[in-house]
Amino acid sequence: MAALSADSRPQLASKARLRTDKLTGETLLLYPEHGLVLNPSAAAILRLCDGRSAGDIAAELGAPLADVLEFLAALSDRGLVQT
Amino acid sequence: MSPGPRPYVLVAELTYRCPLRCAYCSNPTQVEDRPALATADWLRVLDDASELGVVQVHFTGGEPLLRDDLEPLVERAAQLELYSNLITSGLPLTRERLAGLKAAGLCAVQLSFQAARPGPSAEIAGVDAFEPKRQVAAWVRELDLPLTVNVVLHRGNLDEVDRIIALAEELGAGRLELANTQYLGWAYQNRAALMPSLAQLDAARAVVAAARDRLRGRMELLFVLPDYHGDRPRTCMNGWGERYIVVTPDGRAMPCHAAHILPLAFPDLRTQSLVAAWRDSEAFRKYRGTDHLREPCRSCDRREIDHGGCRCQAFLLTGDATAADPVCELSPHHDLVVAARAAAAEAAPPLTLRRLRLAR
Repeated sequence: MAALSADSRPQLASKARLRTDKLTGETLLLYPEHGLVLNPSAAAILRLCDGRSAGDIAAELGAPLADVLEFLAALSDRGLVQT
Repeated sequence: MSPGPRPYVLVAELTYRCPLRCAYCSNPTQVEDRPALATADWLRVLDDASELGVVQVHFTGGEPLLRDDLEPLVERAAQLELYSNLITSGLPLTRERLAGLKAAGLCAVQLSFQAARPGPSAEIAGVDAFEPKRQVAAWVRELDLPLTVNVVLHRGNLDEVDRIIALAEELGAGRLELANTQYLGWAYQNRAALMPSLAQLDAARAVVAAARDRLRGRMELLFVLPDYHGDRPRTCMNGWGERYIVVTPDGRAMPCHAAHILPLAFPDLRTQSLVAAWRDSEAFRKYRGTDHLREPCRSCDRREIDHGGCRCQAFLLTGDATAADPVCELSPHHDLVVAARAAAAEAAPPLTLRRLRLAR
């Protein structure tokens, strides 16, 4: 698998769904038989995985690129993000 | 007053009927002679589950495809934004029906295999279903549905774990669940025949660990440890009435799919709501938290982790649901588990394949 860089265009894997939790308002990332509760910055990154580059996502959020890449790499390891 | 725990997962056992007769099935060995829950009741159960906070629903059984109202149930789950998993043997299914289920909003498919080859599969399932299952796996991938392959492990297939992993890769599974047999239901009846040796388990574990690194990012590999070979119990269902709700084909709500053996009155969802069952019923409150625990669990530093283990297993092995789970080496009944492990050294007795048997 190619390493993630500022030019990567991450996409949510087809098995993963984002939804807002009805009880707490938090963002949930659901996938087969599992789910994660996302913190606000993680949710913001994933909601921008719409075909734009990781560099653009970091710029849009005013977040350090290294942090964005680290998060996306962790989800990519779990097969939840495709690059 | 605290609102209490929140359920995340609804396990909807739509029917106990199944075309397969697996000797390790966790379904009850005897079932109550009561009519199946009607479609309208299942729809209400889904609504109530969503209200309680459930976000994942597992349509399972038996074989959920044997219900012809699976489509409207999947559709309702999708309307409620529940992540729906079809947990299936793959039989009986056509590509058209699977496409229809996807159109109704089905999110993922978990398909069982019994072994890496047809012969041993038929031996344990009583039916030769290997090729039809491969066909179903291909349809799942063609329709771009996520595929989990689930294989229950026992002494007869543990030595083939490398071939099972290769099969899952070939089928395009995103996730492979290698679940060592839990000795409840039919599996308990067949315990002596299914019990693996420690050497088998260690070898399989090493194969899985190596494959996990190789497959990272492509296929998630889950190896569910066999609790009979551990020294501490598993955190059964993440705690009694903490995360999971099981609804049986005849509409009883239970905290665990094996709980029917316990002498508890489980709420009947034909006459009461799932919300009330979860929050207020005696059966769900009975073993919540750690207050019910006795020694050696009460003062154990792991009591908040494992809650004394599996209540159903404690009852099955000791006749007392409040006892420590005997798989724990601190349990006064641990000798029962040590003795059961020794069966692996003996020749396997014949398997008793599951059948539907009504309680009298």
